[in-house]
Amino acid sequence: MKYASLPFTVLVLLCQVASATPDQDAVWLGGLKAAYFGDRAITESDDVVELDAPIRAENAALVPVSIKAKLPQSGDRYIKTVYLIVDKNPGALVGKFNFTPKSGRADLELRIRVNAYTPVRAVAEMSDGELHMSRRFVKASGGCSAPAGTDMDAAMARLGKMKLKTAEELTEGEPNLVQLMVSHPNFNGMQMDQVTRLYRPAHFVRQVRVSFEGEEIFSAETTIGVSENPNFRFYFVPDSEGELTAEVIDTNDLKFTHSSGVSFASSTKGLAQN
Amino acid sequence: MTKLRSRHDAVHTGRTPCATRWPWLACLVVLMSSNAGASQCEPATPVFELAEGVFVRTGKTAIVFEDTEVANVGFIVGERCVAVIDSGGSVEEGAALRCAIERKAPSIPVCYVINSHVHPDHVFGNLAFKAPGVEFIGHKNLPRAMSILGGVFLERAQAQAGRALAADYLVVPERTVEDELRLDLGGRVLLLKAHPSAHTDHDLSIFDDKTATLWLADLLFMDHVPVLDASIGGWIAALTELRGQEVRHVVPGHGPLDGSWPCALDDLLRYLSVVRDETRDAIARGDSLRSAQERVGRSESARWQLFDEYHQRNVARAFSELEWED
Repeated sequence: MKYASLPFTVLVLLCQVASATPDQDAVWLGGLKAAYFGDRAITESDDVVELDAPIRAENAALVPVSIKAKLPQSGDRYIKTVYLIVDKNPGALVGKFNFTPKSGRADLELRIRVNAYTPVRAVAEMSDGELHMSRRFVKASGGCSAPAGTDMDAAMARLGKMKLKTAEELTEGEPNLVQLMVSHPNFNGMQMDQVTRLYRPAHFVRQVRVSFEGEEIFSAETTIGVSENPNFRFYFVPDSEGELTAEVIDTNDLKFTHSSGVSFASSTKGLAQN
Repeated sequence: MTKLRSRHDAVHTGRTPCATRWPWLACLVVLMSSNAGASQCEPATPVFELAEGVFVRTGKTAIVFEDTEVANVGFIVGERCVAVIDSGGSVEEGAALRCAIERKAPSIPVCYVINSHVHPDHVFGNLAFKAPGVEFIGHKNLPRAMSILGGVFLERAQAQAGRALAADYLVVPERTVEDELRLDLGGRVLLLKAHPSAHTDHDLSIFDDKTATLWLADLLFMDHVPVLDASIGGWIAALTELRGQEVRHVVPGHGPLDGSWPCALDDLLRYLSVVRDETRDAIARGDSLRSAQERVGRSESARWQLFDEYHQRNVARAFSELEWED
C-alpha cells in the first residue's frame, strides 16, 4: 500500500527521535514512579541489578528478559524485591519478585508481554530500603492482546501443569539455578472477541511461591504482563538435599502445587547458566 | 522490502528430480495477464492458469501490512461454480480478484470462498465477495481464531499500514470443516481437509481431483522463510503425511508455482527439522529461550528470504512448545 508507507516512515522517525530524548521518561515521571515509589529516591545505574532485554522483540507476546544481580545475597544487606515495570503496558507493573538470603543470587529470567515502544525498568529494593533502577528500551507492539502461540487446545489441556528443573548436580552451599514452568494461558482480559464484541475475562497467575525444605527462596506477585505459560529462572542455595516446592495461585483462586526432590548428585536434566 | 524471487536451486543439489523449476512459467504469467476478457470490470488482478481451470495470483515476498498482494491467492472454475481460495489482504485485492474471475469465467457464479487460515494476507479480501449465495468455508477452529486474533490484526492494519478497518472485515465462515469436506463445482470435486495444528491451529488444504492440484496455502512456504504459529511437531507430521499423496501441481501460500512434487516440500521440511532438533538440544542443555533464539537454526539463514524478520519468532514458538515435551 504505497500511501501507507509515508505515515509509517514518519512514525518510525518520530519513535527514533523520541527514543533519543528524555521524553521516553514521560510516563514514568508523569505519575508511574510516584504511584509505585512515592517520593523515594531511586538511583539509576546498572551497579545493583542489570536488566537485559532485546532491543526489538520479534514476538511481543513473548519477550525474554533477564535481571542480573551485581551483589551477593548476604544476610545483612541483600536485594529484597525487584519490581519489573513496562511503562506503556496497560498495567505497567509486570510483577514484584521477592528474594531472600537463601536465594544466593537475585538473578531472574522470565518472558513478558510488551505492548508498545517503551522503556522497561527493573527497580531493586534493598533490605535497607534503598532503591536502584536499571532501564532498557524495547521496540515491540501489540503483545498484550496477541496470544504468544495459537495452539489453543494444547494450551488449555495443559492448564496448571508445572515443571521444576535444576542442574544435574547441585553444589552444596552455592547458588544453584532453578527453572519453574507453569502451564497457564494467562488470559489478560484484553483479547476482544470480534464476533461477540466481548472481552475474554482475565484469568492469570497472580502469585508464585517457591520454597526449599519449607523455607522460601523466591516468591512473586504477578500480573497480565507475564507471558502465557509463566516461566521463571532463579537461584537458591541448598545446604542439604531436600525438596523444592512451588505453589501457584491464579485469579480464579485455582491453586496448583508441584514438588521436586533435589540431591547433590541428581540425575535430572541440566540447566545451562546463560 | 524485497520483491526478489530468487531461486534456491543450490539446496537441491544431488537430487535430480528436485533440481529443476521452470523459468518459462514466469513468461506465461505475463502472457496470461495481458489476456483481456469479456468483462469491463477494473482493475483485474493478473492470474496464472497453473492447470486447467486453476488460477493463481502470485504474491510478493514481503511483510504483511507493509506491502500488498503478499500471499498466493486464486480460484478454481467448475462447470457450475467457482470456488475462491483465499481472498487477499484487503477488500481492494479481493475486488481485483473478483474482476479476474469475471474475465476468466464470465458466466459462472462464485459459490464458495474458502479461507485456508486466519492470516490477513489471505482473508482480508473476504468482504469483496460477501453476497447472497456465496458461502464462506473454513477449518472448524477458524471462527475461534477470528474471534481471538481478529482484533489484533485490525490494530496492526491501523498501526502498520494506517488503515482503519471495521470489524466486518472479518467475514466469519458459516460452514466449517471438522475433518474433510467435498465440494462439487460441476465436472470437478474439491476435497477440503482440516489439519491438526501445524502452521496455525486451523489450516485447511484443498485438493482438486480433476488436475491433481494440491493447494496447500501456508502449509507450504517456498523461498519465503516459514512462519510458525502453532505446532512445529504437527507441521512436520502434516508434511510427512502429505508427501505420500499423488500430486501433479502444488500451490504454496508463499513462493513460486513451479515446484515439483514432492520435492517442493523438502526445503520446508529441512528447515522445520533443523529448528526442532536444535531447539530440543538447547532445551536439553538447559539454555534459556533468549540464548536459543540466538543459536538455533543459523545454518538456514542464507537459504530463505525474510529470515531476520521471522526466524527468531519461530524459535520462540518452537521452544515454548518443545519445552513441555516429556
